[in-house]
Amino acid sequence: MIMPEVAPLLDSMASDIKKTIYPKHNKEPAMVGIHTGGAWLAKQLHASLGLKQPLGLMDISFYRDDFQGKGLHPQVQPSNLPFNVEGQHVILVDDVIMSGRTIRAALNELFDYGRPACVSLVALVDLPRRELPIQPDVWGIRMDLEPQQRIKLSGPEPLTLTLIDSKA
Amino acid sequence: MTPTIPPHQLQLNPKGQLRHFLTTEGLSTELLTEILDTAESFVSVGKQAVKKVPLLRGKTVVNLFFEASTRTRTTFELAAKRLSADVLNINISTSATSKGESLMDMLWNLEAMDSDMFVVRHEASGAPHFIAEHVCPTVAVINAGDGRHAHPTQAMLDMYTIRRHKGDFRNLNVAIVGDVLHSRVARSQVHALRGLNVGEVRVIGPKTLIPSDFDTLGARIYYDMAKGLKDVDVVIMLRLQKERMQSALLPSESEFYRLYGLTTEKLAFAKPDAIVMHPGPINRGVEIESAVADCKQSVILQQVNYGIAVRMAVLSMAMSGQTEMQAAIEGGEA
Repeated sequence: MIMPEVAPLLDSMASDIKKTIYPKHNKEPAMVGIHTGGAWLAKQLHASLGLKQPLGLMDISFYRDDFQGKGLHPQVQPSNLPFNVEGQHVILVDDVIMSGRTIRAALNELFDYGRPACVSLVALVDLPRRELPIQPDVWGIRMDLEPQQRIKLSGPEPLTLTLIDSKA
Repeated sequence: MTPTIPPHQLQLNPKGQLRHFLTTEGLSTELLTEILDTAESFVSVGKQAVKKVPLLRGKTVVNLFFEASTRTRTTFELAAKRLSADVLNINISTSATSKGESLMDMLWNLEAMDSDMFVVRHEASGAPHFIAEHVCPTVAVINAGDGRHAHPTQAMLDMYTIRRHKGDFRNLNVAIVGDVLHSRVARSQVHALRGLNVGEVRVIGPKTLIPSDFDTLGARIYYDMAKGLKDVDVVIMLRLQKERMQSALLPSESEFYRLYGLTTEKLAFAKPDAIVMHPGPINRGVEIESAVADCKQSVILQQVNYGIAVRMAVLSMAMSGQTEMQAAIEGGEA
C-alpha cells in the first residue's frame, strides 16, 4: 500500500477546520497537540491557521487505562497548556485515531485543567476500529487496514506515514 | 533472618526497572535520569486546577513511619494522593506494635488488607530492605529513610533541584557540609551524584563527624570551610543530628556554628551564583545562619515542592516495575 504525503493532507485539514470547527463556537479556538505525533501536526496547523493563543501540548501517559497491564510509559513529556482552559474552545490534534482510548485519556486530562466551552477533534489518519463512542470532526484520510496493520507517523522533519505490518 | 540479596539488586526487576526503591547506590545513570525526567512531567500536575492524575487509582499505599517525620511523610502522602491512590497512615506509637506485635506480623496483616505499597521510615539501617525481602512479591517497598543508611527519595529530590537550577551535572562542584556521620541523606546524595557523573563531590565537617570511608565513595574530604567551599556551585547543609549523638563528638554547638555553620561570610567562598540547599528541618543558628536560609540563593522551600513530584515519580515507577514483573510471571506460568 502506498502511503499518502502528509503536507497536502494538512492543507485540506486546515481548510476543513475553518469550515466545520470554527462555526461551532463564537470564540477563536485554542489548539492542543497530543505527544508526540499530534504535537508535530498541531505545530504546523497552529502556524498555518495563524491562531493567536499559544499552542498547548499534552502527554496523556498519566491518564492511560492500561497502567495495570503495561505500566508507566517510558519518556513521558511534561504537559503544558499555556492558556486558561475554562470556557475555552479547544481543538485536540492527534496523528492517528483508532480505538479512541487516547482521546478519552486526553479529555480527562483536559478537564483537570478546567471546563472548556467545547472540544473538537482533529486526526491525520482515521482507522475505523473504535472501541469508544468518539469520532473526529476533521480528519486527513480514512483508511481500512488489516487487523495486524498499524500506521506510524515519523517526524518532525519531514513528516511521513509508514505502514507497520506485524505479520511481515 | 539476614538479608541475602543486596538492595541495589533487589530493587530492580529483570528488565532493570525499579520495583522497590531502597537506595541510590548502584543505580545506573540512565535510571537516575529517568527518575528525574519522570518527576519533571509530574511538576505540571501541581499546576492543574485538579491536582490529580488517575495513575494509581485503586492502589493502596501504606505509610509506615516508625520514626517521627513531617516533611517526608506529608509529601509522600500528597504524592500518593495526587496519583489517586488510597493512603493509609499507620501511627506506630499507637499501633499494636506497641502492644508487642512483631514487625512481620504487622506487615502480614497489612498484606492481608491487599496493600500494594509500603513507604517505610525506620530508625534501624536496613529495615526497608528486610521488609522488601519478606513481603509478598506484589508489594513495592519504598525507603523513606533508614537509620544512618539511606534516604533515596530525599537524595533524588535534591538531584532534581540541582538539575533544575544548574543543568548538566558533569561541570558541577557540590559540597555537602556538617554532620555527615549521622546522615543517611549524605550517603544517598553521594551515590546519586556519582551515578549522575557529577564533576566533584566534597564533604566538609569536623573529623569526628565524617566517616573515614567517605573518600572510597568518591567524595573529597575537607575539614576547613574556606578550602572546602572554594568555587562550589551547590552547598548542601546537613542538620546537626543532636538526637543521634551518643558520644561527645562535638565540643559545643556554638563551636560547631563558629567553624561549620553556613554564614553569609562563609557562603562568599562559594561561586557567587551557588545555590544553598538543606533537607530540613533546619536549625537556624546551629548549622545555618537565618539570613542565609532566607537569602536569594537558598532553594530550601523549592526542595520541598519538588519533593512531591519526585516522590510521585518514584511511587509510579516502582508500581509500574512491580506490575510488569507480575505480568511476566503470570505470562511465564500460562
